[in-house]
Amino acid sequence: MSITTDSLPVAPRLAPALSVGWLGWVRANLFSSWLNSLVTIALAYFIVKYAIGFVDWAFVNAIWSVPNDAAGRPDTSSCRDNKGLGACWAVINEKHRFMLFGTYPYEQHWRPAVVCVLFVGLYIVSAMRRFWRMELALIWAAVLTVIAVLMWGGVLGMPYVPQERWGGLPITLILATFGLAFAFPLAILVALGRRSKLPAIKALCVLYVELIRGVPLISLLFMASVMFPLFLPEGMNIDKLLRAQIAIILFAGAYLAEVVRGGLQALSKGQYEAAEALGLSYWQKTGLIILPQALRLVIPPLVNTFIGFFKDTSLVLIIGIFDLLTAGKTAIIEPMWQGFAVEVYVTIGLIYFVFCFAMSQYSAKLESELNHGRRR
Amino acid sequence: MIDTIRARGQLLCGVSTGLAGFAQPNSQGVWAGFDVDYCRAVAIAIFGTEQNRVRYVPTTAQVRFTALQSGEVDMLSRNTTWTLSRDTSLGLDFTATNFYDGQGFMVKRSLGVTAARQLDGATICVQPGTTTEQNLADWARSVRVNIRPVVIERLEDNIAAYLAGRCDAYTTDVSGLAASRSAQQVPADHVILPDVISKEPLGVLVRHGDQRFADLVRWVHFGLLAAEEFGITAENAAGLATTDNRPEVQRILGRTGGLGQMMGVDNAWMLNVIRTLGNYGEISTRNLAPLGLQRGPNALWTTPGGLQYAPPFR
Repeated sequence: MSITTDSLPVAPRLAPALSVGWLGWVRANLFSSWLNSLVTIALAYFIVKYAIGFVDWAFVNAIWSVPNDAAGRPDTSSCRDNKGLGACWAVINEKHRFMLFGTYPYEQHWRPAVVCVLFVGLYIVSAMRRFWRMELALIWAAVLTVIAVLMWGGVLGMPYVPQERWGGLPITLILATFGLAFAFPLAILVALGRRSKLPAIKALCVLYVELIRGVPLISLLFMASVMFPLFLPEGMNIDKLLRAQIAIILFAGAYLAEVVRGGLQALSKGQYEAAEALGLSYWQKTGLIILPQALRLVIPPLVNTFIGFFKDTSLVLIIGIFDLLTAGKTAIIEPMWQGFAVEVYVTIGLIYFVFCFAMSQYSAKLESELNHGRRR
Repeated sequence: MIDTIRARGQLLCGVSTGLAGFAQPNSQGVWAGFDVDYCRAVAIAIFGTEQNRVRYVPTTAQVRFTALQSGEVDMLSRNTTWTLSRDTSLGLDFTATNFYDGQGFMVKRSLGVTAARQLDGATICVQPGTTTEQNLADWARSVRVNIRPVVIERLEDNIAAYLAGRCDAYTTDVSGLAASRSAQQVPADHVILPDVISKEPLGVLVRHGDQRFADLVRWVHFGLLAAEEFGITAENAAGLATTDNRPEVQRILGRTGGLGQMMGVDNAWMLNVIRTLGNYGEISTRNLAPLGLQRGPNALWTTPGGLQYAPPFR
């Protein structure tokens, strides 16, 4: 009789403690060689050092509010003494309403505030796929009308507020939302037009894209605000914001058109031929077969362009419109608040970041949902 | 034009997008400042009150002239230098110089520099693309001083660079220097050199071809000067209007002479303006003194060195 050890139960040996769990991960990824260890330690040193410095500046040594002086004006001397050591969040405390709403009448600030909430609500609703129906267009039209009524007023007991007094976040959201909402359909038409077999349409689309892409946005805004009014008959004036808005739509349209065209070109010819073989008309083919596939292919570059344009709206500062960034800069013109630009820029950067990061996160999610079938 | 403004019920006034002391919105978004007070003054002269009568249109340096040419604004009160080419080629008219500015230098006191000529070999922070940069180069060439300009786009960055020691001196208009200096922790650490290397007479502009409106804007300015000269202030204007027996004061305040009517406005035009805003000196003190700006050439002609002079009201 032979004894076989094979059948005896042997407790499985644990992997070495240093190669599993977080310790193992740290060892494998951060300290796998002496060079890596050195880099890790050096980086950790700098991160900790600057993180502590930042926390010190932003929280520990920060000044959150300042007292008023005898004349009832804020006395910023405590902030000035603290300069370089800690942030002066008192400037945000004092100026946040100006930064957000610009020169909009102070007692009417609830109106632009509601407008911002409406915009965000509109984005959220539009982002949910279960609302992707024809009714969404109606919702947009309704909300945008409400926004216009709120901003201008003049009805329902709300005093009229001329456009020059609008400012801050609503301006940024208006320019970005209207800009992209109009530019996107335009871009699809232009992209289709550029691939059209009709020479006139094709030439027109090529001309539009190349002309607009060939000049910087600033020069378009200048055209809209400096040259264009001189061509109008005496006494006729088109709203400055509207002129800037149209310039932004045209500019965004040209860029988005090229992105969409990229998607159209990526589709194999078989898709077009199959659609034609089914007897679909041009618009049926485009709307049902081609565009749904093409657009989902180009989500990353589309969102890239969207994010870019959201931030490009700040260029309207050169024609005297107070968008979020300009309102922030203007907030610190008053002599007592001069020199606290860092705090203001950090705050505004944060607002921009929230919007842009939300966009990029949403697009990542959308991409993975829509591309289930294509994942490799 | 005056009738158009009256029919519209509001004066469209082009102001800067933000310049300390001259046009600055406060925390409530209400415009205030020296240039802004000129918008208010003209509106009061036309309407008798400023309540809701001025629409401020922020204009940048690049679009300001177009805004006026195209009728987007009625007048431009926006620290604009009066030059021959602007006066003749733009279809616009300068009404009067309401502020005499000029380009100067600010240095740290520790540097021990007392005159601009001592800046030989110095690095100087300057904004690009403005007349400031051109003036600096012209001046350096004409006095044979060797300077190294450090060109930085934005105002705040310029000041930051100067404070950080990136440049020895910082140059822009004296009013701007004073504003920056007063915002420093210890303003006395910085010196604005006495040399002024350019003439920058700032004035209010109107469109060419409407002389009546131009007259009104011009005489509102002169009225403010005359008020200071005769000691008429916001406080005593209403009293003087009935009690003062100096003939010119009576004419300014509209008791006699009918000067307002000659310009197409109410005879009490200047009385209303002064009652609300004060005279030139008061406007200046309210807006520019907090910046640490001295009156200098903007004092009345009765003060040595003062250039502000109003023709007679008769």
